[in-house]
Amino acid sequence: MAKIRIPQNKVEELRQICKSFNYDKNELINVLHSAQKLFGYLPAEVQELVAQELNVPLAKVYGVVSFYSFFDMVPKGKYPVSICLGTACYVRGAEKVLAEFKKHIGINVGETSADGKFSISCLRCVGACGLAPVVTIGERVYGRVAPDDVQKILKDYY
Amino acid sequence: MDLINSPEKLQQLKTTLVNQKKAKLKLEHEGGRIQVKVSMSTCGIASGAGEVKDFFEEKLDLENINADIVSTGCMGYCYAEPTVEITLPGGEPVIFSNVDMVRAGELVNDFIKERKSAVNTIPHKSRKPGGAVEKGKQYRIALRNCGFINPEDIREYIAAEGYDALRMALTEMTPDEVIEVVKKSGLRGRGGGGFPTGLKWELSAKAECRNEKFVVCNADEGDPGAFMDRSLLEGDPHSILEAMALCGYSIGSNKGVIYIRAEYPLAIERLKTAITQAKETQLLGSDIMGTGFNFDIEIRYGAGAFVCGEETALIHSMEGLRGEPGVKPPFPAEKGYKGEPTNVNNVETFANIPLILLMGAEWFSKIGTEKSKGTKVFALAGKINNVGLIEVPMGMTLREVVFDIGGGIRGDRQFKAVQTGGPSGGCLTVKHLDTPIDYENLIENGSMMGSGGMIVMDEDDCMVAVARFYLDFTVEESCGKCAPCRIGNKRLYEILDKITLGKSVKDDLSGLRNLASVIKETSLCGLGQTSPNPVLSTMDNFYDEYKAHVIDGDCPAGQCRALMRYVIDPHLCVGCTLCMRVCPVDAVSGEKKQVHSIDTSVCIKCGACIEKCKFGAISLQ
Ligand SMILES: Cc1cc2nc3c(=O)[nH]c(=O)nc-3n(C[C@H](O)[C@H](O)[C@H](O)COP(=O)(O)O)c2cc1C
Repeated sequence: MAKIRIPQNKVEELRQICKSFNYDKNELINVLHSAQKLFGYLPAEVQELVAQELNVPLAKVYGVVSFYSFFDMVPKGKYPVSICLGTACYVRGAEKVLAEFKKHIGINVGETSADGKFSISCLRCVGACGLAPVVTIGERVYGRVAPDDVQKILKDYY
Repeated sequence: MDLINSPEKLQQLKTTLVNQKKAKLKLEHEGGRIQVKVSMSTCGIASGAGEVKDFFEEKLDLENINADIVSTGCMGYCYAEPTVEITLPGGEPVIFSNVDMVRAGELVNDFIKERKSAVNTIPHKSRKPGGAVEKGKQYRIALRNCGFINPEDIREYIAAEGYDALRMALTEMTPDEVIEVVKKSGLRGRGGGGFPTGLKWELSAKAECRNEKFVVCNADEGDPGAFMDRSLLEGDPHSILEAMALCGYSIGSNKGVIYIRAEYPLAIERLKTAITQAKETQLLGSDIMGTGFNFDIEIRYGAGAFVCGEETALIHSMEGLRGEPGVKPPFPAEKGYKGEPTNVNNVETFANIPLILLMGAEWFSKIGTEKSKGTKVFALAGKINNVGLIEVPMGMTLREVVFDIGGGIRGDRQFKAVQTGGPSGGCLTVKHLDTPIDYENLIENGSMMGSGGMIVMDEDDCMVAVARFYLDFTVEESCGKCAPCRIGNKRLYEILDKITLGKSVKDDLSGLRNLASVIKETSLCGLGQTSPNPVLSTMDNFYDEYKAHVIDGDCPAGQCRALMRYVIDPHLCVGCTLCMRVCPVDAVSGEKKQVHSIDTSVCIKCGACIEKCKFGAISLQ
């Protein structure tokens, strides 16, 4: 078992989270949601701790974490860029917007830039199809993004 | 707010609230106030509705104008966000489109202060239920309150007859009578399958339980391009809570769970607020309205897996497991969450219930077609002018939806197809424009109702690429439990990818069909059983386009890059040699100040030349 390298105070907080769900196995997904909020992602150590606390096999926790796309096992960038590739965005040219982001940041989908600033991921529809194509950076939503806008959008974050 | 601990209290409160509301709409000298409603749904807020609302509040306060500024849910006009509805005292409501800060300032000056006549408004006839069903017009049942009331204030819902159906059921009807009304209404599930809702409730009511039964609301809405359920939850969360309680009463359950996708933070927030308010006023929780009936609702979150919208997978996910589907039967109504009878319904299905009880089964069953009763909410998106949320009676034609309500195709392009039913559905084309939309007709024409997303496409959309897009989605979302779906869809995707890359052989066309039918027949759950539909339906309707790709190496829509050629226009080329210098494979030749040309056999179609050319002389053909 990997040594736990996450800060002790956060370990305590994670234990509290598990406790607040009464160590209920049925609540595994909710526990993981809270844990991801706490750490930003779900590294192996966190999964191990959750497995211990809820008394479920680690393989099961890992099975759940890897099944759902909402859970990340690598840290995201400081400014996580998400490009919506839902159908409405797709027919309005989201793929070209994605290509432009990849080019300017210099990374692929699922990667984080070396300086830890940006990461790129794809979303399946945020339901704001009226604004297609949609890009979110952190909490901010950009609508009707054209490939030419990408450079300008990124400037705000440099 | 006071506790509503008896049915009479609810009625008294409703009367008081309705009178207050009426008073506000009176003429100014009689105490009327200006009503400003700002559409604060996810798309509204992303377009800046929050700042616009703040502006109205500050500005009208500064000017000492008596006004109520209310946030509502989605009004349905996503193409015109932010939208604002203003009602002057004694006047009719007027909806304004694209209200940015500048326009908000103008509205305060021109429309509110100087009472000039309104410009740039959205016509909104027939937004309300009741009245006649008109051709080509909307008719709101599920969306009756969406965009009209403040979803964060339970009093507004009560003033709109909210919780009255629950009161009536709890005091005047037996559980069986409630089920009978739902059965008679002819309501069918809006989550995709179209299963008769009353029948499902009856099965759940009859099922034996060990400890308790559950009512589950399916708010996973994973179909890309669909946002009906999100808008309903953001705009009228109480109607879902009321309907779940009604379901609980009729099947004998005291516990409701809403399974909602984590991608919908605003809907989650509004649901939480609504649940808290309903519990605080005794409209949910124990001893509802003093009748002795208990019903509690909690929220569970999805974590980004499309297959979790399938009810057995959803139940596994609620239990903290991987969201893999199970084998049916037993159906959830017999054996679901924690092995107990579980009635799963979609958000929109629930949204219809309170009004059906208030207006009666007969009223509802008169709307729609013979086998598909009532209305359907659709999310119009893609290449259409009026992107937005609409609700129309079943049986309306596609032409009325796309051209009358949707305002036709964007730009001066031609209508090509509408994809309904998302990754499980298919496309409808020009020849289907006059087909009445209902469950049976859509299936007969190779598509399906699905949850209600409608993606409109024009002649620039390549149908092979669209099919590939959906398969890419399915491959990503297949849970991997059964082989036909896990491996078959991947293979299907690879063939489509080959076709769009110009690397296919003739046998690929028959190969696609064979593989598609095997996947359909042998997959475990609805995901795999329907995933080949986008391929089959585009093949049925646009076979020529497939043939053009495979046999002629051509993409008629001009979308598949690999099948295009880069060509230099001799009239525009000035011979600057820039393209020659950037071309990584030396495919461009020509002398300085002479027209250049591209050797297509060498060209790797990287696009570097197009980007560099300052004269727009290079194009894809
Ligand atoms: C792959 C797949 C995805 C589904 N996604 C949803 C969904 O997002 N929302 C939904 O309400 N039903 C979805 N369903 C249908 C549900 O399994 C179920 O039939 C429905 O929730 C029942 O409610 P209804 O009778 O009110 O429609 C999906 C089905 C399949 C096979």
